[in-house]
Amino acid sequence: MDSFFSIQPLMAVLVSLAAFGLIILFRNRPNLREAVTVIAAVSKLAVVLSMLPDVLGGRYPEITLVNLSPDIGLALRADEAGIIFAMLASMLWVVTSFYSFGYMRGLSAQRQTRFYASFALCLSATIGLAFSANLLTFFLFYEVLTVATYPLVAHKGNPEALAAGRKYLAYLITGGVVLLGAIAYTYQVAGTLDFNAGGFLPQDTAVSSLAILFALFLIGFGFKSAVMPLHSWLPSAMVAPTPVSALLHAVAVVKAGVFGLVRAVGFVLGPEQLHQAGALPFMLAAAAVTIVVASLLAMRQDNLKARLAYSTIGHLSYIVLGLALFDAMGWTGSMMHIVNHGAMKITMFFCAGAIYVRTHFANISQLDGIGHKMPWTMAAFTVAALGLAGVPPVSGFISKWFLVQGTLNLEEFALAGVFLVSGLLNAGYFFPIVYRAFFKKPGTKLVTGEAPLIMLLPIIITAGLSLFFGLFPDAVFGFYELAERVGQSVTGGGW
Amino acid sequence: MIQNLPILIPISLILFAFLSAFLGVMRFRLSQSVALLGALISLVMAVFGLNHVLQEGAISYHLGGWPPPEGIEFVLDHLSAFMVLVITLVGFILLIFPTRPGFLMDEQRGVPLYAMVLMLIAGLCGVVLSGDLFNLYVFLEIASLSTYALVSLGSGRAAFSSFRYLIMATIGGSFYLLGVGFIYFSVGTLNMADILQHLPAVYDSPAVIGGAVLIVAGIALKMALFPLHTWLPDAHSYAPPIVAAFLAAVQIEVSAYVIIRFLLDVFTPELMTATVPLTTVIGWASAAGIIVASVIAIAQTDFKRMLAYSTVGQVAYIGLGIGLANPLGIVGALLHIMAHALMKSCLFLIAGGVYHKTGIKNINDYKGLGRRMPWTMAAFTVSALAMIGIPPTAGFFSKWYLLLGSFDQSNWVFVGVILGSSLLNAVYFFRLIEKVFAPSEDKVEKGADSRGELSWRMLLPIILFAAGILVVGALNVFIVDRFLMPIVAGF
Amino acid sequence: MEEMTFHYSYIMIVILLVVGLYGMLAKRNLVKKVIGLNIFQSAIFLFFIKGAIKEGATVPVIDPELGVEAGLYFNPLPHVMILTAIVVGVAITGVAMALLLTIYRHYGSLDEHRIMERMSK
Repeated sequence: MDSFFSIQPLMAVLVSLAAFGLIILFRNRPNLREAVTVIAAVSKLAVVLSMLPDVLGGRYPEITLVNLSPDIGLALRADEAGIIFAMLASMLWVVTSFYSFGYMRGLSAQRQTRFYASFALCLSATIGLAFSANLLTFFLFYEVLTVATYPLVAHKGNPEALAAGRKYLAYLITGGVVLLGAIAYTYQVAGTLDFNAGGFLPQDTAVSSLAILFALFLIGFGFKSAVMPLHSWLPSAMVAPTPVSALLHAVAVVKAGVFGLVRAVGFVLGPEQLHQAGALPFMLAAAAVTIVVASLLAMRQDNLKARLAYSTIGHLSYIVLGLALFDAMGWTGSMMHIVNHGAMKITMFFCAGAIYVRTHFANISQLDGIGHKMPWTMAAFTVAALGLAGVPPVSGFISKWFLVQGTLNLEEFALAGVFLVSGLLNAGYFFPIVYRAFFKKPGTKLVTGEAPLIMLLPIIITAGLSLFFGLFPDAVFGFYELAERVGQSVTGGGW
Repeated sequence: MIQNLPILIPISLILFAFLSAFLGVMRFRLSQSVALLGALISLVMAVFGLNHVLQEGAISYHLGGWPPPEGIEFVLDHLSAFMVLVITLVGFILLIFPTRPGFLMDEQRGVPLYAMVLMLIAGLCGVVLSGDLFNLYVFLEIASLSTYALVSLGSGRAAFSSFRYLIMATIGGSFYLLGVGFIYFSVGTLNMADILQHLPAVYDSPAVIGGAVLIVAGIALKMALFPLHTWLPDAHSYAPPIVAAFLAAVQIEVSAYVIIRFLLDVFTPELMTATVPLTTVIGWASAAGIIVASVIAIAQTDFKRMLAYSTVGQVAYIGLGIGLANPLGIVGALLHIMAHALMKSCLFLIAGGVYHKTGIKNINDYKGLGRRMPWTMAAFTVSALAMIGIPPTAGFFSKWYLLLGSFDQSNWVFVGVILGSSLLNAVYFFRLIEKVFAPSEDKVEKGADSRGELSWRMLLPIILFAAGILVVGALNVFIVDRFLMPIVAGF
Repeated sequence: MEEMTFHYSYIMIVILLVVGLYGMLAKRNLVKKVIGLNIFQSAIFLFFIKGAIKEGATVPVIDPELGVEAGLYFNPLPHVMILTAIVVGVAITGVAMALLLTIYRHYGSLDEHRIMERMSK
């Protein structure tokens, strides 16, 4: 694959960075501030999509700015894995922007300027790390993302939110520190940090070094991707406003952790070397345990967002498990699940937010009969729930199909079993909500109708996207082809 | 002209110090303007000097025309040019800060406040430019003498802490002088370059070893290297904000410079690492110091006192780099000198500005300040993130080089210390960030005069420092490649 | 005998150093600390002066009868250095005294413990 010089990756990062400045500048003019957000979101999506034809054609737009360390530049390159993540994030930012206007105004929330500014900064960092061409650039954006998300988590400013923010920082800064150690050690071992499909560690790397690096990367990214037992910040962080939970905790932040694992396993250490060193089973085991335990824990949550949080933890480990399979199919499934889970989970969070804005209900036990009052919202919720449980034709089915294929290729029947059991468990914790909403008698107090259109429309769009990705996985955005190419190039083999 | 730069920088500063003192008798404002002018001139000279050194190599000035080793030599080489730039840059920006919040005293005619500050800068530049062991001692004491007086201007226990500081620093200086005596009587010369020539023949002599130990011990005391740091927290937290910034940002760093200079150009790593394990001791003491100081800093409630303990920890990073005694370690240490100078000055000025404006000095009262002083607190956030070591700030990159240096030596304990201390720093700085940006509950209490941002003259240096932190972070490779790599080239 | 005189002067210097250090660190009275500081510094000055002395040499003023043979004169450089160092020392003592004056005005005592007591009030 050849790369060519282009400022597009940089533009994609700078668009929302400029928005960050403008939002602060227009802090006293809410309409202008929100217009800036929308314009930035749309133009970011446009810039990212403009790179898609080149990437699909096998040419990577690339740009190197100043050096961060001798021999290591601040380099951005849009490759297949990067553009998958960037497209997902920028696509959902557009939707979330509209949704958050409705949400924040609906609750007449405080400190909206800080909210939108941090949001824009987060998106900059997310796109930056998606396009990072080496580990140090990746780390830079990764840490910026950690810090920029903090004001969003602690947004409410009450003791509960502050405690959640503290917990969030404690976990993620620790993860970042471990990661920094891993990166410095990688540089020591390999003498370079540039990502390369299939890994760039020298062939003669000692098994012990490989094991240390693998452990450090797994722990470092494990914090952000909420692999058990490093997950407990995620449910607490659900005190954040719902748009934040939706975009950042279902998409940007946690997916950044997973995406970090994609880079670490596929582009730094190399699955083949890890496979030969026998390191992958640890990752498989951690992911498998997380999938099952998180699903079981999810059943016990009465708070809707907490249940979604545990569901997220489980589904992130789907992706992690796929990465740990030394198999192109498994990788394809993982890359697609990053996208599919994002679309489905954001739908569910949007629904939770819409319900909260209209009724101030946060608990599942309060939702009896809500489907009659908010039919569209709950229909979208149902679509997403079906998808996460793996029912065709929603997109969750496709990624799960590839993941299961991956386990079967390796004849790991126990892992295939994990996916099947998890599918049942997903059904087990989502369908009762659907049942309550549509088939139980509404409580007396339930008088409200649908959420305003500015919130409802995003919900329907994301639910539609979930269906669309399920029916036409390769249409328009070429997610399937991109994912398959990542899988092929990383594992170095066909099916 | 350019050949005289090594002596012109300290001399012009001393001249301006006298000028400032005399004009200050007439009008106080004049003394400040003159001081600012003097600092600016020295900054310009430092920039020219650095440029010249980078293009044509070191400049050596022989005092009175006597060539070394007999004569006194002033040297502007890569290392000293870099240090002079840091000192004059930080000094100039600090002098912009207004007098009342900066020195906690009213503008009085005849008080040679700015003269003393200029003498301090002159002394520090002199230390850095001396090519001669004894001259270095004299300049070290000139700088120290000014700081004793300046520290005592502070509030509360300032005079007493200043006295304690005087005793400890004089012990340190005397140890250094004694060590110089040992070296002088062993090799018969005081010129650094000459010592470097003659010393290897007598590396095993007890007098040389004793001299090296005394010199390093004396400077370590002045540098507040753990566990010799006990004088620092009092002196730095009771000193007026500008003075505290000077002490933490440049004075301590100049002591670190002395050790680096001895390591590189006087004793050579062979003596300081192989013959006597001095760098090893410095490194391990620093590693312990980073952890201990950070833990104590977490327990502080007074903002300036927390910064003082943090200084002990941050200086220990420099010590750790020296302890590594490899090129990456020294580069990390030197970059950290620059980074720490910027961020600690910024934080002390913020402490001073906030205290002046609102009377707040306790961390718990910082609640809600983010809304009242957005610019100040934005600068605070930048420097706090730099202290923790979050990219893309300067603080991250100095740690990055230290980390690479530790990996280079396979020193896993240092790796653990550098990484672990980031977490400790995060604890005490994020605690503050959380307070600053949390909504304040007592909105009613806000008086009319306690509202609003600092005046622009307070804000300007603060913003300059914060911007500097980001610029140094972005340009770190330029600085490392152009300025710092030539310093460690001979390693 | 020569060895003895050599040791004798250095032992004196070490004793002075220890006395000075003790005074600085252990004495409660702040003025005594300053005195200790002066003793400590004087010991170092003496060390330099001692180092300049050569057996059978004379003061470093060139005597036409003796010629310019370096071995016949004491080493003048340590003397010059110590002259400067004494000036530095005097300056330090001066500043220390000024500080003590401020402290005394403020706390009405020069006893370290009593000052600490009054500070914590």
